Amino acid sequence: MPCTVSMTVNGKAVSREVEERTLLVTFLRDQLGLTGTHVGCDTSQCGACVVHIDGRSVKSCTMLAAQADGAAVTTIEGLAAADGTLHPMQAAFREHHGLQCGFCTPGMVMSAVDLVTANPSPSEHEVREGLEGNICRCTGYHNIVKAVMAGAEAMQGGTLKAAAE
Amino acid sequence: MANPTGIGASVRRREDARFLTGRGTYTDDINRPGQTHAVFVRSPYAHARITGIDAAEAMQAPGVIAVLTGADMETDKVGSLPCGWQIHSKDGSPMKEPPHFPIARDRARYVGDAVAVVIAETREQAKDAAELVMVDYEELPAAVTSLKALEGGAPLVHDDIGGNLCFDWHLGDAAAVDAAFAQAAHVAKLDLVNQRLVPNAMEPRAALGEYDRATGEHTLTTTSQNPHVIRLLMGAFVLGIPEHKLRVVAPDVGGGFGSKIFHYGEEAVVTWAAKKVGRPVKWTAERSESFLTDAHGRDHVSHAELAMDKDGNFLALRVATIANMGAYLSTFAPSIPTYLYATLLAGQYKTPAIYAEVKAVFTNTVPVDAYRGAGRPEACYLIERLVEVAAAETGIDKAELRRRNFVPASAMPYQTPVALQYDTGDFAKNLDIALPLVDYDGFAARKAESARRGKLRGIGFATYIEACGIAPSNVAGALGARAGLYESAEVRFHPTGSVTVFTGSHSHGQGHETTFAQLVSERFGVPIENVEIVHGDTSKIPFGMGTYGSRSLAVGGSAIVKAMDKVERKAKKIAAHMLEAAEADIEVKDGRFVVAGTDKALTIGDIALQAYVPHNFPLDELEPGLDEQAFYDPKNFTYPNGCHVCEVEIDPDTGVVQVASFAAVDDFGRVINPLIVEGQVHGGLVQGIGQALYENCVYDEESGQLLTGSYMDYCMPRADDVPSFTVRYHEDQPCTHNPLGVKGCGEAGTIGASAAVMNAVVHALSEYGVTHLDMPATPERVWQAIRRHTPAQAAE
Repeated sequence: MPCTVSMTVNGKAVSREVEERTLLVTFLRDQLGLTGTHVGCDTSQCGACVVHIDGRSVKSCTMLAAQADGAAVTTIEGLAAADGTLHPMQAAFREHHGLQCGFCTPGMVMSAVDLVTANPSPSEHEVREGLEGNICRCTGYHNIVKAVMAGAEAMQGGTLKAAAE
Repeated sequence: MANPTGIGASVRRREDARFLTGRGTYTDDINRPGQTHAVFVRSPYAHARITGIDAAEAMQAPGVIAVLTGADMETDKVGSLPCGWQIHSKDGSPMKEPPHFPIARDRARYVGDAVAVVIAETREQAKDAAELVMVDYEELPAAVTSLKALEGGAPLVHDDIGGNLCFDWHLGDAAAVDAAFAQAAHVAKLDLVNQRLVPNAMEPRAALGEYDRATGEHTLTTTSQNPHVIRLLMGAFVLGIPEHKLRVVAPDVGGGFGSKIFHYGEEAVVTWAAKKVGRPVKWTAERSESFLTDAHGRDHVSHAELAMDKDGNFLALRVATIANMGAYLSTFAPSIPTYLYATLLAGQYKTPAIYAEVKAVFTNTVPVDAYRGAGRPEACYLIERLVEVAAAETGIDKAELRRRNFVPASAMPYQTPVALQYDTGDFAKNLDIALPLVDYDGFAARKAESARRGKLRGIGFATYIEACGIAPSNVAGALGARAGLYESAEVRFHPTGSVTVFTGSHSHGQGHETTFAQLVSERFGVPIENVEIVHGDTSKIPFGMGTYGSRSLAVGGSAIVKAMDKVERKAKKIAAHMLEAAEADIEVKDGRFVVAGTDKALTIGDIALQAYVPHNFPLDELEPGLDEQAFYDPKNFTYPNGCHVCEVEIDPDTGVVQVASFAAVDDFGRVINPLIVEGQVHGGLVQGIGQALYENCVYDEESGQLLTGSYMDYCMPRADDVPSFTVRYHEDQPCTHNPLGVKGCGEAGTIGASAAVMNAVVHALSEYGVTHLDMPATPERVWQAIRRHTPAQAAE
């Protein structure tokens, strides 16, 4: 049975008819064309699909589109400012080479933003524990951790620390 | 002033902007008008005869367009997936090469072998209908592990391949090794398993086939590291499509690690089916399907012996390895446990005699092929574990024993007894940098401090050398390669001075769009934002071999340099004409074309404009345009090398191993972008640590079911499993035979790390009398090893 879902995605109101079993990630990718949110597994382990629902990070493969009815959803496409200025966390990932193939990156960045929102000055240990639900196969996490710590400082209004030469 | 976007600068990556904003374009992100979706019906049995397929009910399901089987492919004369490398056994006979059809015809040979494909309007409809396809299977006994498959009476994976033996190959001088062993004062011996791994690039494989009735052109968009290789193999051997009617595109690809080199059956199926159903056909693997069907890595069982004189000088090495090929030969499978493995068994040591025997075995498991390092991690792990055993048995310090046996820098170029000639390397220097970096002398104090907290501590070394930049085509051909191994490049200046570089290499995380652009920026003084790197589309780039084996910069970068040489030669002639000087007087300084001894100069932009608007141009001598192509065929492999040192702390009550510190000292030759190189090392290290401590691909030995088929069961290293790393490199041993002096850095971390970690683990456990432990050193294995070696009373 199809059902109608309505929500705000990246600040825009959307309403679509979907099959009841449609996952939020499928809705975002296939119905709205927001392909920045990725699917890397089928057991809710990898975190490539993390988006924000009402400001909190959620694995969008673990939620039905219908469950997001009425919610405010932010995807990686909606994180940068309207003028294209990168969010401090996005800028930190670039500065510190916190991404390689880019596939886990949207989920990693969305998780990192939520992590820092909840804990504005995390220790390295807290960052590593906080990203436990996001798997990256390329970076070995070293530069992701550096990026999140630098991004956290920048989100508190500090200037973005440069990568050591 | 140094060029801020030239060689040696940590230029921030240009590709990041799209990846960080969700604007990357991976294969599954692409949708075409009228697109249909393919879902495969896969064998639930490791080994079964297919006695019938009834698709009637599935065909009635909503949205279903077609259900296609191996018989349909046979009718259309679809061929077998070819193998790109032929090995000959000791007796001169060629390896056994069974057919490998994209969809099985009468027999399924591993859990996940494709049996049929359902094509429907939506992915969900195809998935629903796939469950309605009734396949009659007659289950057969399975040969699952390589050791059992070799036993007499084992089930045969292919009826006509007796003993499941693909080949029985050897390398080296057996007589010299036997003679050296007869003289040995001490022999260290080791049995070890290099366990099977699942590569697990984060982007699951995907393929989108299209057919244009108007032009007769096929297009395959696929998650590949080498689109031209796929075009050649699929076009010429599987589907019979001529190259000029087949375009293969590998857009943004979410990691490869070797697993996306190979030509997979799904690529042929969607390309073939798109013409059959007259609409685009897309397939995207679910992760469970990736576990079942991506080519796996490693899976060696080995016995090794090292002969030494009374002073610990290595006299000879003898190795026997059994390598699991899986059910069929994947594209480069036979080369991995042979020419990419046994040739590396000299390591960094001047061992004068080496003999290796390798038996390759078919089993009822998914094919095994290259996974990051591909043969070289297996070689490094074997040598470095064996050296550590030798150090423990002889009582010689492990750093000293290595140093004593290093090939000295003064001996370069050095011919090993296993076919390779190392061009450069200063292995003692790597060790000299590493020892103070890790405070080797302070280890005893750190161990005592750990002991005060009830923890065990160990330190482990791995020195590695790898053969990268594969490879001189004539050498590879003599060794069995069925392809050339050069790389291509085209450097095209546009009239206003911007540049497009077309490369046969493929980037799936390596950052070519940045590093390759730095080469052009350095050479011609062009701002990096005016340089575009194009890769991954056979309709745009010259025929190239793609990216694997740490070859992109050494081979692909060298091709770009060759093309830039041609551009520069032509630009000099144009400059001489424009400046009314002799060509011999034109010098290139900081990217400017200068008349020697004068202030008369032109930028490459000035020259490019004249090349395309040739009003003041030597038309009698030169053609207009500034657009040059080059192919670079390497003269030798490159030999990255280094020294990795790991310290672990182990909780004897739980068996949990924690990597306390890890330092990598590497020689990659010249480094173009340090930030990217260090990132490659970090990622490689965690894949090596993952093998040492966490990852293990396990099939049930009787049923052949994959027991570790998801991230719930297969332990991927996560952020809180690993530490931050200390990474150093030096550049004073550049490669001597490529124009950039580069060696490659993509696999190094993975090659050294597993051995360094396991040496540290065994060292920590040595106080319990443990002399070896197979990977992964999970808490359970470590705890069991401690209990096994603890006297009964002490354990109570």
